[in-house]
Amino acid sequence: MRPETGQATGQTSLLDEGRAALRRIWGLVYRHLALYRRSWPRVLELMYWPVLQMIVWGFVTAYLAGVQNDVTSVAAGVLLGGVLLWEVALRSQMGFSISFLEEIWSRNLGHVFVSPLRPRELVAGLMAMSVIRVIVGVTPAVLLAWLLYAFGLFAMGPVVVAFFAALLMMGWAVALGVTSLLLRYGAGAEALAWSVLFGLTPVAAVFYPVAILPAWLQPVALALPAAHVFEGMRMALLQHQIAWGHLLAAFLLDALWLAVMGWIFMRQFQGARVRGALLNIGE
Amino acid sequence: MTKPVPAQPAAGAPAILADHLTKRYAPDAPPAVEDLSFAMPRGATWGLLGGNGAGKTTTIAMLLGLLVPSAGRITCLGHDMARNRFAALARMNFSSPYIALPSRLSVGENLRVYAHLYDVPLAEKRIAELAAQLQLTELLDRPAGQLSAGQKTRVALAKALVNRPELLLLDEPTASLDPDTGDWVRSWLERYRAETGCSILLASHNMGEVERLCAHVLMLKQGQVVDQGSPASLLEKYGRDDLEEVFLDIARGRRREEMPA
Repeated sequence: MRPETGQATGQTSLLDEGRAALRRIWGLVYRHLALYRRSWPRVLELMYWPVLQMIVWGFVTAYLAGVQNDVTSVAAGVLLGGVLLWEVALRSQMGFSISFLEEIWSRNLGHVFVSPLRPRELVAGLMAMSVIRVIVGVTPAVLLAWLLYAFGLFAMGPVVVAFFAALLMMGWAVALGVTSLLLRYGAGAEALAWSVLFGLTPVAAVFYPVAILPAWLQPVALALPAAHVFEGMRMALLQHQIAWGHLLAAFLLDALWLAVMGWIFMRQFQGARVRGALLNIGE
Repeated sequence: MTKPVPAQPAAGAPAILADHLTKRYAPDAPPAVEDLSFAMPRGATWGLLGGNGAGKTTTIAMLLGLLVPSAGRITCLGHDMARNRFAALARMNFSSPYIALPSRLSVGENLRVYAHLYDVPLAEKRIAELAAQLQLTELLDRPAGQLSAGQKTRVALAKALVNRPELLLLDEPTASLDPDTGDWVRSWLERYRAETGCSILLASHNMGEVERLCAHVLMLKQGQVVDQGSPASLLEKYGRDDLEEVFLDIARGRRREEMPA
């Protein structure tokens, strides 16, 4: 009677399944894009903090360099590169977590979870939103660094794309952890969406090498993909070399953290279904 | 590039088969639903009746896969919800006044989101069709948060019908509506079921609504079915003139023999 509902017919093409999955993911992304289209303060908020960070750190760099007309120095590059790349990780994590929070705030999660959207598709949609939010949020700061301080992020070469990717993935791993806490403790855990990655800044080796840290803290830093990215960034800027070892370590650690956090997310999702938390997660 | 679909639904299976469902939110808590069994046939409208805390919402949440039963088994449209719930969810839908749609998005955008999530073919055509049927065409560009309660109910209904569901679960579909709008929604649901053969399970506190729409009623109290039957058979059994009196008898634990002549 209803030929258009996509009923199972005995054999289902993998291609059809893949197309339907992509459409469901697009449905989630479309929902958030429609929200941004109708809410300019949300778009402004995306760019506000990265731009502010860039302005403040640009002047700090100029002051520390002691040569206010020569902010293209290597020290300036290391600091400004650190600021910009760390924003990628921060915005990636927030982009994922806050998109999930938007569903809680709008009391829409119940509808989403009774649709055929699989948990893995929900995660893929949130990752896509995170990429969009990073691009919109960080691009003005990158342009500002170039215009005000003559710092070109891409001066360190195409490897910067790999740095971007590694930090995006680290942001997703942390966001999966935050989302797991939201599923476990409800919106009461939402402050973590803004603060959790800031707490990792001291051990992420953003502005100084891992070797500066106390010996007991160095293994902690080296367990984070970010520390390897920033070691690689400093090598690219100071020695014009690609630190393949650090790059490989960053991606391997990303894969490990994503696997662990993905497992925790699925456990918490299933736990929320047992406790009935999906019905009243906003409370 | 094909693979077998797991657990094919049995042809002619009931719309809903609940088999000894029990739900406890904590191991030492009393059950919110206890040993609930029923088989709702296809094309029927059934009602879940009960006071606050009787287990209606818990039952609906389990049927939708939002909640995992502590014991028992659910089959919707022939799909085992424990193993293959997404196949069933694609053919079902749900509406509740207690779960909102994003208020900043326009009505059209909201319906488009759910058309994508349910992989509805020719989505724009379907949205235009629903908008015309539910008198929403003029509202498609308006933010959902700016609508009246009656308009929101019609939008929620449009969302629930976007994928042409074979099974529709409605939680208090006319709550907070004025009598005229409530009557319009009930008439619309009656007509929709008659035209499409959709199976509808509705939870409601409105006895008139249940009496009018439902062929069969499950009376819940403290998570258990305490009585069931067609509205007419329940009226006869309790010797009452309307379902509200039957509801009060059951809620207050009165039996027919105890009632005043």
